[in-house]
Amino acid sequence: MLTYAILIACALLCCALALNAWRLIIGPSTPDRIIAVDTMYINSIALIILLGLHQGSAIYYESALLIALLGFVSTSAFCKYLLRGDIIE
Amino acid sequence: MTVFLEVVVSALLVFGAVVMLIGSIGLAKLPDYFTRLHAPTKASTLGVACILVASMIFFSIQLGHVNLKEVLISMFLLITAPVAAHMLGKAGLHYKVKMTDSTQNQHLAKKAYLQQHPEEK
Amino acid sequence: MDKVRKFVWFPTPYHSVLLWLVWQILHDFSRGHMVLGAIFAIVIPWIVAPLSEESAVAKKPIKVLSYTFRLLIDIAVSNYDVAKRVLQSNRNLKPAFIAVPLDIKEPVPLTIFTSSVSLTPGTVSVELSEDRKWLYVHVLHLEDEQALIELIKARYEAPLKEIFGC
Repeated sequence: MLTYAILIACALLCCALALNAWRLIIGPSTPDRIIAVDTMYINSIALIILLGLHQGSAIYYESALLIALLGFVSTSAFCKYLLRGDIIE
Repeated sequence: MTVFLEVVVSALLVFGAVVMLIGSIGLAKLPDYFTRLHAPTKASTLGVACILVASMIFFSIQLGHVNLKEVLISMFLLITAPVAAHMLGKAGLHYKVKMTDSTQNQHLAKKAYLQQHPEEK
Repeated sequence: MDKVRKFVWFPTPYHSVLLWLVWQILHDFSRGHMVLGAIFAIVIPWIVAPLSEESAVAKKPIKVLSYTFRLLIDIAVSNYDVAKRVLQSNRNLKPAFIAVPLDIKEPVPLTIFTSSVSLTPGTVSVELSEDRKWLYVHVLHLEDEQALIELIKARYEAPLKEIFGC
Protein backbone atom coordinates (compact mmCIF):
# COMPACT_ATOMS: atom_id res chain seq x y z
CA MET A 1 0.00 0.00 0.00
CA LEU A 2 2.87 2.33 0.82
CA THR A 3 4.32 1.78 -2.66
CA TYR A 4 1.06 2.90 -4.28
CA ALA A 5 0.78 5.89 -1.94
CA ILE A 6 4.31 6.98 -2.90
CA LEU A 7 3.49 6.61 -6.60
CA ILE A 8 0.25 8.62 -6.27
CA ALA A 9 2.03 11.35 -4.31
CA CYS A 10 4.80 11.45 -6.95
CA ALA A 11 2.22 11.84 -9.73
CA LEU A 12 0.45 14.67 -7.87
CA LEU A 13 3.73 16.47 -7.22
CA CYS A 14 4.74 16.12 -10.88
CA CYS A 15 1.44 17.74 -11.87
CA ALA A 16 2.20 20.53 -9.39
CA LEU A 17 5.68 21.00 -10.90
CA ALA A 18 4.20 21.11 -14.41
CA LEU A 19 1.75 23.84 -13.32
CA ASN A 20 4.66 25.79 -11.79
CA ALA A 21 6.66 25.44 -14.99
CA TRP A 22 3.66 26.73 -16.93
CA ARG A 23 3.49 29.80 -14.68
CA LEU A 24 7.26 30.21 -15.08
CA ILE A 25 6.89 30.33 -18.87
CA ILE A 26 3.79 32.51 -19.23
CA GLY A 27 4.19 34.60 -15.99
CA PRO A 28 3.29 38.13 -17.14
CA SER A 29 5.85 39.84 -14.89
CA THR A 30 9.24 39.04 -13.37
CA PRO A 31 7.95 38.70 -9.74
CA ASP A 32 5.47 36.07 -10.98
CA ARG A 33 8.35 34.03 -12.31
CA ILE A 34 10.16 34.34 -8.98
CA ILE A 35 7.15 32.92 -7.11
CA ALA A 36 7.03 30.05 -9.61
CA VAL A 37 10.71 29.25 -9.02
CA ASP A 38 10.26 29.46 -5.23
CA THR A 39 7.32 27.03 -5.35
CA MET A 40 9.30 24.70 -7.60
CA TYR A 41 12.05 24.56 -4.98
CA ILE A 42 9.62 23.50 -2.28
CA ASN A 43 7.91 20.94 -4.52
CA SER A 44 11.25 19.43 -5.42
CA ILE A 45 12.12 19.08 -1.71
CA ALA A 46 8.97 16.98 -1.31
CA LEU A 47 9.82 14.98 -4.44
CA ILE A 48 13.33 14.18 -3.18
CA ILE A 49 11.94 13.05 0.19
CA LEU A 50 9.55 10.79 -1.73
CA LEU A 51 12.47 9.37 -3.72
CA GLY A 52 14.20 8.57 -0.42
CA LEU A 53 11.08 6.81 0.85
CA HIS A 54 10.77 4.86 -2.40
CA GLN A 55 14.35 3.61 -2.23
CA GLY A 56 14.24 3.17 1.52
CA SER A 57 17.43 5.13 2.19
CA ALA A 58 17.75 8.10 4.53
CA ILE A 59 20.64 9.55 2.53
CA TYR A 60 18.47 11.94 0.51
CA TYR A 61 17.73 14.00 3.61
CA GLU A 62 20.89 16.10 3.21
CA SER A 63 20.07 17.10 -0.35
CA ALA A 64 16.56 18.14 0.70
CA LEU A 65 18.03 20.32 3.46
CA LEU A 66 20.46 21.90 0.99
CA ILE A 67 17.69 22.66 -1.50
CA ALA A 68 15.65 24.26 1.29
CA LEU A 69 18.57 26.49 2.31
CA LEU A 70 19.60 27.49 -1.21
CA GLY A 71 15.98 28.01 -2.29
CA PHE A 72 15.39 30.63 0.40
CA VAL A 73 18.71 32.37 -0.25
CA SER A 74 18.12 32.55 -4.00
CA THR A 75 14.54 33.81 -3.59
CA SER A 76 15.71 36.61 -1.33
CA ALA A 77 18.58 37.40 -3.73
CA PHE A 78 16.12 37.67 -6.65
CA CYS A 79 13.85 39.96 -4.60
CA LYS A 80 16.78 42.09 -3.52
CA TYR A 81 17.79 42.42 -7.14
CA LEU A 82 14.30 43.61 -8.11
CA LEU A 83 14.13 46.01 -5.17
CA ARG A 84 17.55 47.63 -5.51
CA GLY A 85 18.91 46.63 -8.90
CA ASP A 86 21.85 45.13 -7.05
CA ILE A 87 22.38 42.14 -4.75
CA ILE A 88 25.37 43.16 -2.64
CA GLU A 89 25.19 46.78 -1.54
CA MET B 1 5.90 -2.11 9.99
CA THR B 2 2.40 -2.49 11.36
CA VAL B 3 -0.61 -1.98 9.14
CA PHE B 4 -1.81 0.98 11.18
CA LEU B 5 1.44 2.92 10.77
CA GLU B 6 1.55 2.08 7.09
CA VAL B 7 -1.93 3.56 6.66
CA VAL B 8 -0.91 6.68 8.61
CA VAL B 9 2.25 7.19 6.51
CA SER B 10 0.38 6.65 3.23
CA ALA B 11 -2.42 9.02 4.23
CA LEU B 12 0.06 11.73 5.24
CA LEU B 13 1.96 11.37 1.96
CA VAL B 14 -1.14 11.63 -0.23
CA PHE B 15 -2.64 14.45 1.85
CA GLY B 16 0.60 16.46 1.70
CA ALA B 17 0.87 15.97 -2.05
CA VAL B 18 -2.76 17.05 -2.55
CA VAL B 19 -2.19 20.20 -0.48
CA MET B 20 0.89 21.09 -2.53
CA LEU B 21 -0.99 20.44 -5.76
CA ILE B 22 -3.74 22.82 -4.60
CA GLY B 23 -1.09 25.46 -3.90
CA SER B 24 0.29 25.05 -7.41
CA ILE B 25 -3.19 25.16 -8.94
CA GLY B 26 -3.68 28.44 -7.09
CA LEU B 27 -0.41 29.73 -8.50
CA ALA B 28 -1.53 28.88 -12.02
CA LYS B 29 -5.17 29.93 -11.72
CA LEU B 30 -5.56 33.02 -9.51
CA PRO B 31 -6.04 36.31 -11.36
CA ASP B 32 -3.23 38.66 -10.28
CA TYR B 33 0.21 38.78 -8.67
CA PHE B 34 -0.80 39.51 -5.08
CA THR B 35 -3.50 36.84 -4.97
CA ARG B 36 -1.03 34.38 -6.47
CA LEU B 37 1.27 35.12 -3.53
CA HIS B 38 -1.26 33.58 -1.13
CA ALA B 39 -1.56 30.03 -2.39
CA PRO B 40 2.06 28.77 -2.48
CA THR B 41 3.07 30.43 0.82
CA LYS B 42 0.46 28.62 2.85
CA ALA B 43 0.10 25.38 0.95
CA SER B 44 3.81 24.69 0.74
CA THR B 45 4.29 24.97 4.51
CA LEU B 46 1.58 22.46 5.41
CA GLY B 47 2.18 20.13 2.43
CA VAL B 48 5.91 19.75 2.99
CA ALA B 49 5.35 19.38 6.74
CA CYS B 50 2.97 16.45 6.16
CA ILE B 51 5.37 14.68 3.78
CA LEU B 52 8.27 15.24 6.18
CA VAL B 53 6.32 13.83 9.13
CA ALA B 54 5.51 10.75 7.05
CA SER B 55 9.19 10.33 6.17
CA MET B 56 10.12 10.79 9.84
CA ILE B 57 7.78 8.00 10.97
CA PHE B 58 8.96 5.68 8.18
CA PHE B 59 12.67 6.07 8.90
CA SER B 60 12.22 5.95 12.68
CA ILE B 61 10.75 2.47 12.22
CA GLN B 62 13.15 1.37 9.52
CA LEU B 63 16.34 2.49 11.29
CA GLY B 64 15.11 1.34 14.68
CA HIS B 65 15.80 4.58 16.56
CA VAL B 66 14.19 8.01 16.86
CA ASN B 67 14.87 10.07 13.75
CA LEU B 68 13.98 13.75 14.07
CA LYS B 69 16.07 15.18 11.24
CA GLU B 70 13.07 16.09 9.10
CA VAL B 71 11.80 18.43 11.82
CA LEU B 72 14.71 20.72 10.98
CA ILE B 73 13.57 21.13 7.37
CA SER B 74 9.98 21.82 8.33
CA MET B 75 11.02 24.33 11.01
CA PHE B 76 13.28 26.04 8.48
CA LEU B 77 10.48 26.26 5.93
CA LEU B 78 8.03 27.47 8.60
CA ILE B 79 10.39 30.34 9.43
CA THR B 80 11.46 31.25 5.90
CA ALA B 81 8.18 30.94 3.97
CA PRO B 82 6.59 34.11 5.44
CA VAL B 83 9.87 36.04 5.11
CA ALA B 84 10.14 35.07 1.44
CA ALA B 85 6.47 36.02 0.92
CA HIS B 86 7.07 39.42 2.53
CA MET B 87 10.07 40.08 0.28
CA LEU B 88 8.13 38.96 -2.80
CA GLY B 89 5.26 41.27 -1.87
CA LYS B 90 7.67 44.15 -1.42
CA ALA B 91 9.26 43.42 -4.79
CA GLY B 92 5.77 43.32 -6.36
CA LEU B 93 4.89 46.74 -4.90
CA HIS B 94 8.19 48.15 -6.11
CA TYR B 95 7.70 46.69 -9.56
CA LYS B 96 4.14 48.16 -9.71
CA VAL B 97 2.61 44.88 -10.77
CA LYS B 98 -0.81 45.12 -12.38
CA MET B 99 -3.72 44.32 -10.03
CA THR B 100 -7.18 43.05 -10.94
CA ASP B 101 -9.77 45.79 -11.14
CA SER B 102 -11.80 44.31 -8.29
CA THR B 103 -8.99 45.01 -5.78
CA GLN B 104 -10.20 47.35 -3.04
CA ASN B 105 -8.04 50.12 -1.55
CA GLN B 106 -5.64 50.27 -4.48
CA HIS B 107 -4.41 53.66 -3.22
CA LEU B 108 -2.84 51.91 -0.20
CA ALA B 109 -0.45 50.01 -2.46
CA LYS B 110 0.82 53.28 -3.88
CA LYS B 111 1.12 54.81 -0.41
CA ALA B 112 3.01 51.79 0.90
CA TYR B 113 5.46 52.10 -1.94
CA LEU B 114 5.92 55.86 -1.48
CA GLN B 115 6.07 55.50 2.35
CA GLN B 116 3.24 57.98 2.89
CA HIS B 117 0.85 58.01 5.81
CA PRO B 118 -2.10 55.77 4.83
CA GLU B 119 -4.82 58.15 6.04
CA GLU B 120 -3.67 61.44 4.51
CA LYS B 121 -4.85 62.44 1.07
CA MET C 1 29.30 52.08 24.52
CA ASP C 2 32.95 51.22 23.91
CA LYS C 3 33.51 49.53 27.22
CA VAL C 4 34.87 46.00 27.13
CA ARG C 5 32.25 43.32 27.66
CA LYS C 6 32.50 41.30 30.84
CA PHE C 7 33.25 37.63 30.31
CA VAL C 8 30.09 35.57 30.72
CA TRP C 9 29.89 31.79 30.59
CA PHE C 10 26.63 31.71 28.66
CA PRO C 11 26.10 35.00 26.82
CA THR C 12 23.02 33.66 25.02
CA PRO C 13 21.59 30.68 26.92
CA TYR C 14 18.60 30.07 24.60
CA HIS C 15 20.84 29.93 21.55
CA SER C 16 23.24 27.54 23.31
CA VAL C 17 20.41 25.12 24.08
CA LEU C 18 19.05 25.41 20.54
CA LEU C 19 22.48 24.80 19.01
CA TRP C 20 23.02 21.71 21.16
CA LEU C 21 19.58 20.37 20.30
CA VAL C 22 20.00 20.89 16.53
CA TRP C 23 23.41 19.20 16.67
CA GLN C 24 21.87 16.21 18.47
CA ILE C 25 19.04 15.95 15.94
CA LEU C 26 21.55 15.99 13.07
CA HIS C 27 23.62 13.21 14.66
CA ASP C 28 20.90 10.97 16.12
CA PHE C 29 21.73 11.55 19.81
CA SER C 30 24.98 9.56 19.91
CA ARG C 31 27.12 9.94 23.03
CA GLY C 32 30.24 11.36 21.40
CA HIS C 33 28.22 14.01 19.63
CA MET C 34 26.56 14.99 22.91
CA VAL C 35 29.99 16.05 24.22
CA LEU C 36 31.05 17.66 20.93
CA GLY C 37 27.71 19.50 20.72
CA ALA C 38 28.15 20.75 24.28
CA ILE C 39 31.60 22.11 23.40
CA PHE C 40 30.20 23.89 20.36
CA ALA C 41 27.24 25.22 22.34
CA ILE C 42 29.62 26.82 24.83
CA VAL C 43 32.38 28.06 22.50
CA ILE C 44 30.39 29.44 19.54
CA PRO C 45 28.30 31.89 21.66
CA TRP C 46 31.58 33.30 23.12
CA ILE C 47 32.83 34.00 19.60
CA VAL C 48 29.65 35.53 18.25
CA ALA C 49 28.50 37.37 21.42
CA PRO C 50 30.18 40.70 20.41
CA LEU C 51 28.24 40.63 17.13
CA SER C 52 24.78 40.35 18.68
CA GLU C 53 22.70 43.39 19.52
CA GLU C 54 20.36 43.92 22.41
CA SER C 55 17.02 42.40 21.52
CA ALA C 56 13.75 41.75 23.28
CA VAL C 57 13.61 38.55 25.32
CA ALA C 58 10.41 36.62 25.94
CA LYS C 59 9.36 37.45 29.48
CA LYS C 60 6.67 34.78 29.71
CA PRO C 61 7.98 31.55 28.15
CA ILE C 62 4.82 29.58 29.00
CA LYS C 63 2.71 31.87 26.82
CA VAL C 64 5.05 31.16 23.88
CA LEU C 65 3.82 27.57 23.82
CA SER C 66 0.14 28.52 23.69
CA TYR C 67 0.93 31.09 20.98
CA THR C 68 2.77 28.47 18.89
CA PHE C 69 -0.11 26.03 19.31
CA ARG C 70 -2.62 28.64 18.18
CA LEU C 71 -0.40 29.47 15.19
CA LEU C 72 -0.23 25.82 14.11
CA ILE C 73 -4.03 25.52 14.25
CA ASP C 74 -4.36 28.74 12.26
CA ILE C 75 -1.99 27.41 9.59
CA ALA C 76 -4.27 24.40 9.11
CA VAL C 77 -7.38 26.62 9.02
CA SER C 78 -5.75 29.00 6.56
CA ASN C 79 -4.85 26.14 4.25
CA TYR C 80 -8.45 24.99 4.20
CA ASP C 81 -9.61 28.56 3.61
CA VAL C 82 -7.20 29.23 0.74
CA ALA C 83 -7.83 25.81 -0.83
CA LYS C 84 -11.57 26.50 -0.83
CA ARG C 85 -11.11 29.89 -2.48
CA VAL C 86 -8.66 28.52 -5.05
CA LEU C 87 -10.88 25.64 -6.12
CA GLN C 88 -14.04 27.75 -6.32
CA SER C 89 -14.64 30.16 -9.14
CA ASN C 90 -12.26 33.11 -8.86
CA ARG C 91 -14.80 35.45 -10.52
CA ASN C 92 -16.26 36.88 -7.30
CA LEU C 93 -13.03 37.14 -5.34
CA LYS C 94 -12.66 40.46 -3.52
CA PRO C 95 -8.93 41.05 -2.90
CA ALA C 96 -7.92 44.19 -1.00
CA PHE C 97 -5.12 46.05 0.70
CA ILE C 98 -5.49 47.10 4.32
CA ALA C 99 -3.25 49.12 6.63
CA VAL C 100 -2.94 47.78 10.17
CA PRO C 101 -1.78 50.28 12.80
CA LEU C 102 0.99 48.80 14.96
CA ASP C 103 1.63 49.08 18.68
CA ILE C 104 4.81 46.97 18.80
CA LYS C 105 8.07 48.67 17.92
CA GLU C 106 10.86 46.21 18.81
CA PRO C 107 12.29 44.24 15.87
CA VAL C 108 11.91 40.69 17.22
CA PRO C 109 8.20 40.80 18.18
CA LEU C 110 7.50 42.73 14.98
CA THR C 111 9.13 40.01 12.87
CA ILE C 112 7.10 37.32 14.64
CA PHE C 113 3.93 39.38 14.17
CA THR C 114 4.42 39.94 10.43
CA SER C 115 5.30 36.26 9.92
CA SER C 116 2.18 35.19 11.83
CA VAL C 117 0.04 37.47 9.69
CA SER C 118 1.53 35.90 6.55
CA LEU C 119 0.81 32.36 7.72
CA THR C 120 -2.79 32.91 8.79
CA PRO C 121 -6.09 32.81 6.89
CA GLY C 122 -6.17 34.88 3.74
CA THR C 123 -3.61 37.53 4.64
CA VAL C 124 -0.03 38.23 3.52
CA SER C 125 1.99 41.09 4.99
CA VAL C 126 3.41 43.08 2.11
CA GLU C 127 5.16 46.17 3.40
CA LEU C 128 6.12 47.84 6.66
CA SER C 129 6.24 51.64 6.82
CA GLU C 130 9.65 53.06 7.67
CA ASP C 131 8.56 54.51 11.03
CA ARG C 132 7.14 51.06 12.00
CA LYS C 133 3.67 52.46 12.55
CA TRP C 134 1.75 50.72 9.76
CA LEU C 135 1.76 47.24 8.36
CA TYR C 136 0.32 46.90 4.87
CA VAL C 137 -1.49 43.60 4.41
CA HIS C 138 -2.94 42.04 1.27
CA VAL C 139 -6.18 40.14 1.86
CA LEU C 140 -7.41 37.44 -0.50
CA HIS C 141 -11.10 37.99 0.18
CA LEU C 142 -12.19 41.00 2.23
CA GLU C 143 -15.68 41.27 3.73
CA ASP C 144 -15.32 43.75 6.61
CA GLU C 145 -12.16 45.83 6.82
CA GLN C 146 -12.50 47.14 10.40
CA ALA C 147 -13.45 43.74 11.83
CA LEU C 148 -10.41 42.09 10.19
CA ILE C 149 -8.00 44.72 11.54
CA GLU C 150 -9.40 44.25 15.03
CA LEU C 151 -9.22 40.46 14.71
CA ILE C 152 -5.55 40.58 13.67
CA LYS C 153 -4.70 42.95 16.52
CA ALA C 154 -6.55 40.94 19.17
CA ARG C 155 -5.45 37.51 17.99
CA TYR C 156 -1.74 38.04 17.34
CA GLU C 157 -0.59 41.44 18.53
CA ALA C 158 -2.05 41.36 22.03
CA PRO C 159 -0.46 37.98 23.02
CA LEU C 160 2.90 39.10 21.60
CA LYS C 161 2.71 42.32 23.60
CA GLU C 162 2.05 40.24 26.69
CA ILE C 163 4.88 37.79 25.96
CA PHE C 164 7.53 40.41 25.30
CA GLY C 165 6.17 42.90 27.81
CA CYS C 166 6.24 45.98 25.58
